[in-house]
Amino acid sequence: MFRRLRPRVLAVPAALALVCGLAACGTGASDARASRSPGGSGSVTVFAAASLTGTFTELGKAFESANPGTKVTFNFGSSATLAQQIVQGAPADVFAAASPATMKTVADASLAGNPTTFARNELQIAVPADNPAKVDGLADLADPKVKTALCAEQVPCGAAAVKALDAAGLKVTPVTLEQDVKATLTKVELGEVDAALVYRTDVLASGGKVKGIDFPEADKAVNDYPIAALTKAPAGAQAQRFVDLVLSRQGRDVLTRAGFEAP
Amino acid sequence: MTTTAARPSRPQERGPAGRLPWVLVLPAVIGMAFLVLPLAGLLLRAPWSTLAGRLAEPRVLEALRLSLVTATVATLACLLFGVPLAWLLARAAFPGLRVVRALVTVPLVLPPVVGGVALLLVFGRRGLAGQWLEAAFGVSLPFTTAGVVAAEAFVAMPFLVISVEGALRAADLRFEEAAATLGASRWTIFRRVTLPLVAPGVAAGTVLCWARALGEFGATITFAGNFPGRTQTMPLAVYLALETEPEAAIVLSLVLLAVSVIILAGLRDRWVSGP
Repeated sequence: MFRRLRPRVLAVPAALALVCGLAACGTGASDARASRSPGGSGSVTVFAAASLTGTFTELGKAFESANPGTKVTFNFGSSATLAQQIVQGAPADVFAAASPATMKTVADASLAGNPTTFARNELQIAVPADNPAKVDGLADLADPKVKTALCAEQVPCGAAAVKALDAAGLKVTPVTLEQDVKATLTKVELGEVDAALVYRTDVLASGGKVKGIDFPEADKAVNDYPIAALTKAPAGAQAQRFVDLVLSRQGRDVLTRAGFEAP
Repeated sequence: MTTTAARPSRPQERGPAGRLPWVLVLPAVIGMAFLVLPLAGLLLRAPWSTLAGRLAEPRVLEALRLSLVTATVATLACLLFGVPLAWLLARAAFPGLRVVRALVTVPLVLPPVVGGVALLLVFGRRGLAGQWLEAAFGVSLPFTTAGVVAAEAFVAMPFLVISVEGALRAADLRFEEAAATLGASRWTIFRRVTLPLVAPGVAAGTVLCWARALGEFGATITFAGNFPGRTQTMPLAVYLALETEPEAAIVLSLVLLAVSVIILAGLRDRWVSGP
């Protein structure tokens, strides 16, 4: 009996291991769902671009102290991934994206009420603190001896990088196209690459572990950040109240301190 | 997939008591449905009309080729080092054996992304061993195809080690003892007695290891990065396609699944099924 069973028995765990490998990259949607309080009434779930991690966490605390009893839960990730999760029915109240294109994915599904641009972010060249390859401008990234990391074109920071490099007329062959801006920054922090194009705010948030270098073509690739309360928000009016906080003077201050520009 | 059904049935192997007990069949069916339904979902949502065009894209073939090559090389590396490791864990007695066994299986519970970071910290340009490798040989693993192989082997090897160790522990020691009394050396015993005895376990472990390497995502993207033709394997291509084009991601997933099922089914009949 076992001899005959064996071949079939094998195929199942093999296929399982394969699927499990793919699934192991969990994007965090299930985490966000699991961490919602069971009642749900006193909580706001915010899906926000990875580059907003610091600022929105701070604004979330401010919101909680201004609205006692309300809990703000965040799901930070690549805007494109978050947009897909919202379209697939993830229970989000607010969506803050790093690009109008990713907000459009959600708006096209009639899920985003009235997107408003609340911040703008520029690219900077990030280099390790000791700048081993002596990078001081965008042109240095085209040098094949300089190991460069860029975001993949599918995510907003990658699209911006392509725009900036096109504007400068440069052809850069990166060693890697990372899945989001934080992963790109990590490669610089670890010293695995000599340079990367990331947002100014990410360089600031790294707290001196990487050095930021401005370049003139960054003007050509400014990213607008739209925010919207979602039409199917389980938190109802609370969702708009969080959006109002982000758009308020207080929200503006937090964002400016982190390196974002006013729209 | 239906080759086993086509074989002449051997009713005497159906089990001793005729009717199948529902207590076992019901959970088995639920378990199977749970595993198979997501695959059915992929098939249902696949954009069949544009399938051919998407498959012909050079990037898809490039990623597929890279996936198959790296998974196979990683599996060979795992066999080379994993089988002796499993033998050591099953047969040798030394202080700290339990700790070693626990450490060897750490990649099973470690989130693959963490595994990737750990690999960077050791084999990266500024890593403990990587620094030395680069200075001595000019070798740098991150962002190379060899880096993909390393990441896949790191994650997949425990599957092989556990399977082979289990088989070694289940094997009848008396055969090895008999060989020893006839004067065979430990190496000869391993080669001529032990290895043939645990061959099914090695085969099972190899298949698991290869499948896990083929689906590897987290450690690969963290350690080897993502660049088409060099380090972008199918799972990475699927993940990035998902960012903008879920339909393309479904197509890529189907290709990966189809190819792996064909290869596993083909191998199964050739050298996994016993006599």
